[in-house]
Amino acid sequence: MSIDIATAAKVAKLARIRVEEDQLPKLAEQLSGILGFMEQLNEVNVDGIEPMVSVTPMRLVRRKDAVTDGNIQAQVLKNAPDAREGFFAVPKVVE
Amino acid sequence: MTNANQLTIAAARDALRKREISAVDLTMACLTAIDAGDRLNAFVHKTPEIALDQARAADERLKGDAPDLCGIPLGIKDLFCTKGVPSQAASRILQGFKPEYESTVTSKLFGAGAVMLGKLNMDEFAMGSSNETSVYGPAVNPWKVDDRLLTPGGSSGGSAAAVAADLCLGATGTDTGGSIRQPAAFTGITGIKPTYGRVSRWGVVAFASSLDQAGPMTKSVRDAAIFLAAMSGHDSKDSTSADIAVPDFEAALTGDIRGKKIGIPREYRMEGMPAEIDALWAQGIAMLKDAGAEIVDISLPHTKYALPAYYVIAPAEASSNLARYDGVRYGHRASLAAGDGITDMYEKTRAEGFGPEVQRRIMVGTYVLSAGFYDAYYNRARKVRALIKRDFEEVFAAGVDAILTPATPSSAFGLGEMASADPVEMYLNDVFTVTVNLAGLPGVTVPVGLDAKGLPLGLQLIGRPWDEAGLLNHAYVLEQAAGFVAKPAKWW
Repeated sequence: MSIDIATAAKVAKLARIRVEEDQLPKLAEQLSGILGFMEQLNEVNVDGIEPMVSVTPMRLVRRKDAVTDGNIQAQVLKNAPDAREGFFAVPKVVE
Repeated sequence: MTNANQLTIAAARDALRKREISAVDLTMACLTAIDAGDRLNAFVHKTPEIALDQARAADERLKGDAPDLCGIPLGIKDLFCTKGVPSQAASRILQGFKPEYESTVTSKLFGAGAVMLGKLNMDEFAMGSSNETSVYGPAVNPWKVDDRLLTPGGSSGGSAAAVAADLCLGATGTDTGGSIRQPAAFTGITGIKPTYGRVSRWGVVAFASSLDQAGPMTKSVRDAAIFLAAMSGHDSKDSTSADIAVPDFEAALTGDIRGKKIGIPREYRMEGMPAEIDALWAQGIAMLKDAGAEIVDISLPHTKYALPAYYVIAPAEASSNLARYDGVRYGHRASLAAGDGITDMYEKTRAEGFGPEVQRRIMVGTYVLSAGFYDAYYNRARKVRALIKRDFEEVFAAGVDAILTPATPSSAFGLGEMASADPVEMYLNDVFTVTVNLAGLPGVTVPVGLDAKGLPLGLQLIGRPWDEAGLLNHAYVLEQAAGFVAKPAKWW
């Protein structure tokens, strides 16, 4: 299936990646090429096959629901591009 | 004597114990080679001070009983988080990021006394087969036969170049679709991707979580066995890490594979495969047969669908994993214009921070997971993946011990040569390796010969789940029979 420019713009929006208007045709073309390559999968008979969820048969291990970490605010914030008064700072989100 | 940086891990281990060399001298030899090797662009963050501190501590420890890797200088792929040392996954979006924690793999290595020389170049977020998507620019293959600079492969291109050029004794790599095995083959070294779950993924920047595994890249199969043992083992911080005992891989290298069954999958004989690759494969078959193995033709009927399934599943997982890079908690944030809101911040940050290939894969992943397409693409790919895994299970159930295949469809190509190609053409590099990740199996590549141009070619052995020990023994037999000793002539 081929991707049109509107779909490319929608995907970029969903992915939260800014793509300039003049770049959309090239993106649509590349995405179409990649998805075209995937079309081969339609040749496979997958009737009755369960989608694979786990590489090796395993049950996720449970642990006690207890705090094992914490009190590391300075470390958590250390790499933030903008941290103020013990918080991550971002542009205003409410008017 | 050869320069100390040219030693294998096994030889250095013995020399350190015989007091023929100190860990500090060994480390200095590597640091000198690294500084002289800047044209290879393999080491992108050098850590000489950490290295010498660790080497001095190793020399102390070597006075008593010490683990195998004590005092061994290694390079670490930039994908591993190393405390206080830049860990960027070769991406602009992680510029300036210095983790406050240490990955499980690197803490095991350093706990065993290994020395960190620095961080190694790679494709951005491990997405690429030529190291050309790196924010640092491409690593360069030390092998060179004409005017062209060649790719060391990818994504673990810096690791491969560094080991092949003797800048370090071994290096960590990671492999999601062939990222250890393809660069190892392009540079004439050994690389093993272990069974999914053998090595902890904790603290390794995630690309596609159900496919990613870390492993060693080394100058010999014995080194791979020693190095892998030190990386492996259960980790409660990785919920997919297997609670299975780690065998003594080195002790498994007996060189005896008499009576073992080696499967030769007919579907790997691709149309248009270069005659040299085919001939190399035939040589490998003959070598294992001479060693007393039984060669059997096998069929893995869904092989053809592995690449398209992979290029649905891996981007889907990547789009989810890379959602965390939003300019809030770490790394790069775009500068904003007056009136820009939080969505502008996300979109601008991610457009500036991610390179074109990473952006493409995030968007492909976003598309195949979006409402209306989830079943058609993602679920179908996961069903095909189940069939690919079943192909292998049936072959192993029929008594096959290991499978021999080519490692790559060609020898190393020139940097820039694929620039105008369709993205899908680059993906074809993974054609022989990607099935192994989808099925979660261990796979190893061993250098077996040189092509007509004088560039290394490798073969791949695929093993049963959790049988890295048996797999490495098969690789050891192949290595001994091939007697590959060629090294790149130093031009850098």
